[in-house]
Amino acid sequence: MSLSVHSLSCARGGIQVLTGVGFAVAPGEALILRGPNGAGKTTLLRTLAGLTPPLEGRIDAPDDGIAYAGHADGLKAQLSVAENLRFWAGVFGATGIEAAVEAFDLGELLDRRAGNLSAGQKRRLSLARLLVTGRPVWCLDEPTVSLDVDNVARFARAVETHLSNGGSAIIATHIDLGLPTARSLDITPFTRRNQPVTVDEADPFLSEGAL
Amino acid sequence: MIGLLIRDLRLAIRAGGGFGLGLAFFLIVIVLMPFGIGPETGMITRIAPGILWIGALLACLLSLDRIFALDWEDGSLELLATSPLPLEAVAGIKALAHWITTGLPLVAAAPVLAILLNLPPEGFPWLIASLALGTPALSAIGTFGAALTVGLKRGGLLLSLLVLPLYVPTLLFGAEAARRGAEGMDALTPLALLAGITFLTAAAMPFAAAAALRVNLR
Repeated sequence: MSLSVHSLSCARGGIQVLTGVGFAVAPGEALILRGPNGAGKTTLLRTLAGLTPPLEGRIDAPDDGIAYAGHADGLKAQLSVAENLRFWAGVFGATGIEAAVEAFDLGELLDRRAGNLSAGQKRRLSLARLLVTGRPVWCLDEPTVSLDVDNVARFARAVETHLSNGGSAIIATHIDLGLPTARSLDITPFTRRNQPVTVDEADPFLSEGAL
Repeated sequence: MIGLLIRDLRLAIRAGGGFGLGLAFFLIVIVLMPFGIGPETGMITRIAPGILWIGALLACLLSLDRIFALDWEDGSLELLATSPLPLEAVAGIKALAHWITTGLPLVAAAPVLAILLNLPPEGFPWLIASLALGTPALSAIGTFGAALTVGLKRGGLLLSLLVLPLYVPTLLFGAEAARRGAEGMDALTPLALLAGITFLTAAAMPFAAAAALRVNLR
């Protein structure tokens, strides 16, 4: 159940952002995506998750194998923490939410409405959703935003448990997660504007705008 | 899929969910009608089926932009799109949830308001039948419109402009069935055509809505 990407080009909003991306992530491995703001980390993760079709190249991933978590928490403010988690557990056909609750220490918050949680608590709930998806490949876009130091460590432990169970993770982040086994991939070399663009292969809208 | 339906219904009845908004709008529009038209009883009776149908249609329109906009804003639409549920099923369930929270209450309230508009008693079954058969089409078409406009800020007005022309056949046959019923004529033909429109939209619109969602999620 490994994920591999071959000469992938991704676009966002009709503009090509990345080109020639290639890497492979085996079960039990984690890949940390690095790169400055606007390098294309989110675009790459959205393409892997299937939200944006790739311009060219190939993604070899297990069917229904990718769990995606983006910038937005995807929580319903009017529902309680337990109701939010149980909904996703139902969608993904998971049996229970106990393991997810325990991994992110949500036990005391179960009956609170998600709208009344702090930003960090919301993020923990949103990360707990990954555990109920039961999917092997996690694609996480800046998962530690608004988490304190203890909870970053808790998140790192959850990722390690996931890896030791044969899962894998691709994580875009700017901080050190404390994952000793993780490889890093700097995507700056694949960013489109860092490469020479010839006029005939450029986007027609862009070249018209330039003229 | 049942889980999504239950979640949507639960969200609709919780605070800020908008349940009853369409119904309240329907009540107010219908109650205001006689004031605007005047005390001439014959006139109100004659146009009652049409008024009730247009009121139901506008009430339905009111809550359409909530179908996908809220899930889009908080990111759950992206998560649903990457979940094992096909987007077609998501769109179908959303349309069903919209009908249960908006269309069904309208069907239930219509007979009470029909009394207010002095609709002849023999027209009641036809009015209820036409609304019960027609409002699911309003929800299904509206879901497609909501999917088209989901990424737009304040897309509600554009949504109305897109959806109202598509509502014309439903309104035409629905109001015609109710009118013929009230005048004691045979209303089966427009009712059958109305049912046909509803089945067609219920079958086709989830696919159109899912295609629109895929484009908007890029």
